[in-house]
Amino acid sequence: MAFLNFNLKPKNELEQGGRAAAPVHQDESEPEVTCPNCHKSIPVSKLWANLNVCPCGRHFRVNARQRIGMIADRGSFQEMDADLQADDPLGFAGYQAKLETARISSNESEAVVCGTASIRGNRCCLFVMEAAFMMGSMGTAVGEKITRLFEYALEHRLSVVGFTVSGGARMQEGLLSLMQMAKVSGAVKRHSDAGLFYLTVLTDPTTGGVTASFAMEGDIILAEPGATVGFAGARVIEQTTRKALPKGFQKAEFLLEHGFVDAIVPRKAQADAIGNLLKLHDREAAV
Amino acid sequence: MIQLTPYDRVKTARDNKRPTGLDYINRVFTDFFELHGDRRYADDSAVVGGVAYLNGKPVTVIAIEKGHTTKERMARAFGAPNPEGYRKALRLMKQAEKFRRPVICFIDTSGAYCGIGAEERGQGQAIAENLMEMMTLKTPIISILVGEGGSGGALALAVADRVWMLENAVYSVISPEGCASILWKDAGKAAEAAANLKLTARDALTLSVIERMIKETDIGHPSFYAQIRQLLTEELEALEANDLLLQQRYERFRRIGVQEKETV
Repeated sequence: MAFLNFNLKPKNELEQGGRAAAPVHQDESEPEVTCPNCHKSIPVSKLWANLNVCPCGRHFRVNARQRIGMIADRGSFQEMDADLQADDPLGFAGYQAKLETARISSNESEAVVCGTASIRGNRCCLFVMEAAFMMGSMGTAVGEKITRLFEYALEHRLSVVGFTVSGGARMQEGLLSLMQMAKVSGAVKRHSDAGLFYLTVLTDPTTGGVTASFAMEGDIILAEPGATVGFAGARVIEQTTRKALPKGFQKAEFLLEHGFVDAIVPRKAQADAIGNLLKLHDREAAV
Repeated sequence: MIQLTPYDRVKTARDNKRPTGLDYINRVFTDFFELHGDRRYADDSAVVGGVAYLNGKPVTVIAIEKGHTTKERMARAFGAPNPEGYRKALRLMKQAEKFRRPVICFIDTSGAYCGIGAEERGQGQAIAENLMEMMTLKTPIISILVGEGGSGGALALAVADRVWMLENAVYSVISPEGCASILWKDAGKAAEAAANLKLTARDALTLSVIERMIKETDIGHPSFYAQIRQLLTEELEALEANDLLLQQRYERFRRIGVQEKETV
């Protein structure tokens, strides 16, 4: 089905995997992005130099590799289980083709990247979900990779930092996807019971089965400004209840107000904030 | 007998004449005493819980209740629990752990309640907490899916040592209608989605997601409830004698999914 993929291109050059250190230079033909918040046009290079955040504060999505580049100390990330991927366990109509498309368009083998890293000098386990891979949906491979990461972290007494972005459990793996919610939660619980630290950063969007499992299981839960975080989809709620949704419904700020996240941390401040929290929870280092 | 299609079973599972949670509570157990409220915010009518005897043994029973009549169904939010329902269930489970009573859950829900209040009060967080806490609850847990097993809203009461399903119960990551409308923009293709989702009890057994499928030939009759009472009694006896209960509960879920498929 590879012929289907000819027209698949990243939405813009930023999402293809640029680097934070890319030089800022502009020419007439440089593509611009119109910010849905302030409605101004921003040259792509300028946006990228600002970690893909508009000067108005609107956080654009970044892919998993870009995220790792922003958060982990340079060269510190060592990937684990890079090739672990789901096949089509249920023989679900159209799933094989969809997987193939996702692999090509995201350049990842699955919807999460896991490994060890240092954040401001603090060694930890890190997982970052990938929205470009079937909207970060959780199937058996995602569940297995994150479970293994927690088991590794338990064995080596490391903290876990996780960036979530997900549409929820992956429909095409049916019940097996659903069971990953319990499986990962079990691994999180074991890690937690051993007195180890787990921090999540909820990024746009984090919904469904991921919200209802490991996204909400962190000892500390951070969120990116403006991120949509919820269990049921806003449109579904609107259609079911036929009520107007409150302003800012299911945004990170709404969750903060209702007591479900500890803090909203802008992208620029995340590495420092997470590094400091990792340090504070590192009992072996503190004397 | 004509073979039912997966979507026929979905419809059977949703039939309002089918026994609901309270029917099981009242006919499998004796001296049920209902315990209300989550001690946080409210009492959720979609989740019924309390203490009872199973063949003379004290147990904690929790059931999602849909109701039979339209009036009952409205009052029970059609068996769609709010966060309070999951928090009440967890409170009762912790109580069961303290007093060393096993926990038995009856599950029948199209899914967790979908609404503004449910989101404001942390539906996702409530489910997540149950998944984590049930994994290490130090008392045996048996969950039986008796009708619809709708996604995370059902799983939040099914992190158990044994999960059983009635023959015509269904257990799915998403409703077939929801799946069809997302994937094919056509809710009319629900039957096709149901077949693809592998949501029947037979499928769940094949996928090793459940341990037992309970026949429904005498559903609703005294012999049906007697059979469930007998199965529960025997299974609990074995589970209570098991020193590796929590280890095995972890492994029960741990093994589901991809195993060694890397190309290292």
